[in-house]
Amino acid sequence: MHTARRGLSRRDALKLAGAAGLAGIITVYPGRRVFAAADQSLNLAVERTRITIDGETSSAISIGGSIPAPTLRWREGQEVVIYVTNRLDEGTSIHWHGLLLQGVMDGAPGFNGFVPIGPGETYTYRFKLRQAGTYWYHSHSASQEQEGMYGAIVIEPAGRDPVRADRDYVVLLSDHTPEDPENVLRKLKVSEGYYNNNKRTLIDFFRDARRDGLGATINDRLAWGEMRMDATDLADVTGYQFLVNGKGPRDNWTAVFNPGERVRLRIINGSAMSIFDVRIPGLPMTVVSADGQNVVPVKVDEFRFGVGETYDVIVMPTEDKPFTFFAESIDRTGFARATIATREGVEGDIPERRPRAILTMADMAMAPGMDHGSMAGMDHSSMPGMDHSAMQGMNHGNMPGMDHGAMQGMDHSAMQGMDHGNMPGMDQGSMPGMNQGKAGSKDQAVGWGDAGTPPGAKALSYADLKALSKAKDLREPSHEIEVQLTGMMSRYIWTLNGEKFDEGAPIRVAYGDRVRIRFVNTTMMAHPMHLHGMFVEIENGQTDRMPKKHVVLVPPGQVTTVQLTADEPGEWPFHCHLLYHMASGMMTRFIVEPRTASL
Amino acid sequence: MTMTTMVPHRAALMAGAILLAISAGSARAAEEQPPEQFHEEPPVVGTLLIDQFEHRWRDGENSINWDAQGWVGGDTNKVWFNAEGSKPVDGEVEEAEFQLLYSRMTSEFWDAQIGIRHDVRPQPQTTYGVIGFQGVAPYFFDVTAQLFVSEDGDFSARLEAEYDLLITQKLILQPAAEVNVSAQRVRELDVGPGVNDVELGLRLRYEVVREFAPYIGVNWERKLGETADIAREHGEDPSDLSLVAGVRFWF
Ligand SMILES: [Cu+2]
Repeated sequence: MHTARRGLSRRDALKLAGAAGLAGIITVYPGRRVFAAADQSLNLAVERTRITIDGETSSAISIGGSIPAPTLRWREGQEVVIYVTNRLDEGTSIHWHGLLLQGVMDGAPGFNGFVPIGPGETYTYRFKLRQAGTYWYHSHSASQEQEGMYGAIVIEPAGRDPVRADRDYVVLLSDHTPEDPENVLRKLKVSEGYYNNNKRTLIDFFRDARRDGLGATINDRLAWGEMRMDATDLADVTGYQFLVNGKGPRDNWTAVFNPGERVRLRIINGSAMSIFDVRIPGLPMTVVSADGQNVVPVKVDEFRFGVGETYDVIVMPTEDKPFTFFAESIDRTGFARATIATREGVEGDIPERRPRAILTMADMAMAPGMDHGSMAGMDHSSMPGMDHSAMQGMNHGNMPGMDHGAMQGMDHSAMQGMDHGNMPGMDQGSMPGMNQGKAGSKDQAVGWGDAGTPPGAKALSYADLKALSKAKDLREPSHEIEVQLTGMMSRYIWTLNGEKFDEGAPIRVAYGDRVRIRFVNTTMMAHPMHLHGMFVEIENGQTDRMPKKHVVLVPPGQVTTVQLTADEPGEWPFHCHLLYHMASGMMTRFIVEPRTASL
Repeated sequence: MTMTTMVPHRAALMAGAILLAISAGSARAAEEQPPEQFHEEPPVVGTLLIDQFEHRWRDGENSINWDAQGWVGGDTNKVWFNAEGSKPVDGEVEEAEFQLLYSRMTSEFWDAQIGIRHDVRPQPQTTYGVIGFQGVAPYFFDVTAQLFVSEDGDFSARLEAEYDLLITQKLILQPAAEVNVSAQRVRELDVGPGVNDVELGLRLRYEVVREFAPYIGVNWERKLGETADIAREHGEDPSDLSLVAGVRFWF
């Protein structure tokens, strides 16, 4: 069993599950003892603790005595009972992220009759596992998730797992701040850009003027100034330590393999605020599952990872050498790092850091104040490297006289799904020097979508995700719900359709309805939108095999559409999974009403 | 925060009335759902910024000057506080103004404000009603515009604007301008009708941390029109140029 101390191989997991009976609960956490409970119940206490990351100690909250919380290994079809005891002096809750269950068991205070678990109280969660895959659990109260209340859930399928693997590891990414999260929110509210240490300066102005010309640089600064927006606004909070399974880059969490083995990494973004670019240099990843749902395997070199999402990947290292699992936050203020090696105590190289992106007007394409009609005759030659990947839904018809010929260095590699048919008069032939690959090593990435992916490397796109099995409900949506992602960055107010949580009317759909949700991101930040209780299917062109997701990362200035079958009655939270966005109001109620009520 | 102790009682009364009005509104909202049912309670936060606390060196007598603002509240409604003043290095406070305002978000970048201003100095003390707005204009200009009506019915106005120019992430140059206008002559305050004075400042600060920044700079004030004549009658120079050094800090 010594291999299992670090991570449970699938075979071991099955053996243990067998030993414990089908109802067995197996908890494994790196560095902790593996045990199989003989019954279906589990006790988890929530308590204040201290966490030491790379030698620095700060305040935290743990579930079940560790950060991250113990990995819960269950089996599809089991009924599980979890007794959660609150040892804090404030209310708490645990939300089972991605699990299909009865509303009150979902654990979101103020929804479905769930009330916070008071200090000293024990709440009994009980639900039957109706699915398999990788999920996670976290607090849904105040900012407790930011302080350490998160852990992984691994549910083995009842039948044969289509994904074969010799090793099975949870790779849980998170961000930890030594600051009190309440104070983080206060600073965001009272001082715009408090955490942005990469604002554009006079020095940048002169550098840009030398590179792009003085006129273009002045025009660019005036455009941002007119909108009172900041082109360097990629992440709201900095000062984070980025963790893999609770360990900082120096503590270096390590996954052990034997050359030739198939290693399954269940990668979870349990961050409060951090979107990552994830890669393992020298080791291509085959994505086999997204948000716990199996997909047709797709081989990638890297992926952009929204808060709350999960991807299961298979890697097959054949050499006896250490590989570095590297996850850079998109604002490039730091990285999470782990090592995949044949033994403990070795380190791979830290790869070259990627450039941070500067946002462009394309990232603002859906902003309410942006008048596209006035873009006629706009000189795009002054926008070298302009990223059109985020221009989905932008009405190019309003842009007569747009001179695409001058758009040298334009990056179209990420333009999948963009409908060129809507761009009359656009002469693709006249775009000499258009860069179909990626520009490679640059000192600056241009546009939110530019991860700095080197030429020839493959970055995962939502369009690549194809469900492994055909969808059950192939009805056309009967109606469409538009959800505008809105906000006032300068005041740190985040909203849906311009309204804060419980300010506006909830979204109501009838039980059994097939609906389309159209996310229109009018802000210049990406929002990982999370619906509790049900999966949504991203309309990514895969017709009857659209991937099922519980979090959809909607890039700035973009429109993303999803479909869903409203087959889980209840009153579900529907919110941005960036913690401080949710805390500032970016949430609503998604109510699935029983048929009788609507007739 | 010690703001209430610094504000004369008349202002405190007004603030109390405003707070009561706000809390009455929120109490009504809370009745509809028990508070523990709320998923997120809207955060009430506060901040206090000492924008200027500086020594001014000039041809004549050197002075200490200050300018502070703070607020407590939520996203939409805030209780806003302003204070500014000056005193000679060796001497009594010559100017001390306090404002207590109710501030309400009217758009993404603007707050409308209403409240009172009380000048403890110069004597005689004067109380004003204030109405104005405060916010960020396009191109990131911080703007405050206020209209005052004194207890004697005199009208005056003030417009302030400032801009932060980042030289580096920590080194910031801040040009600032202020104009004061009066609708009539106010003998006791030595002001004439029209534009009373213009003040221009340029301060270079270094943010050791965001919350604490020492700075140096220059400040130039010019009294105009009849106000300048009155100053001359009193043997004062209507023009005032000073070198400044101080600290900017906030909580
Ligand atoms: Cu968000």
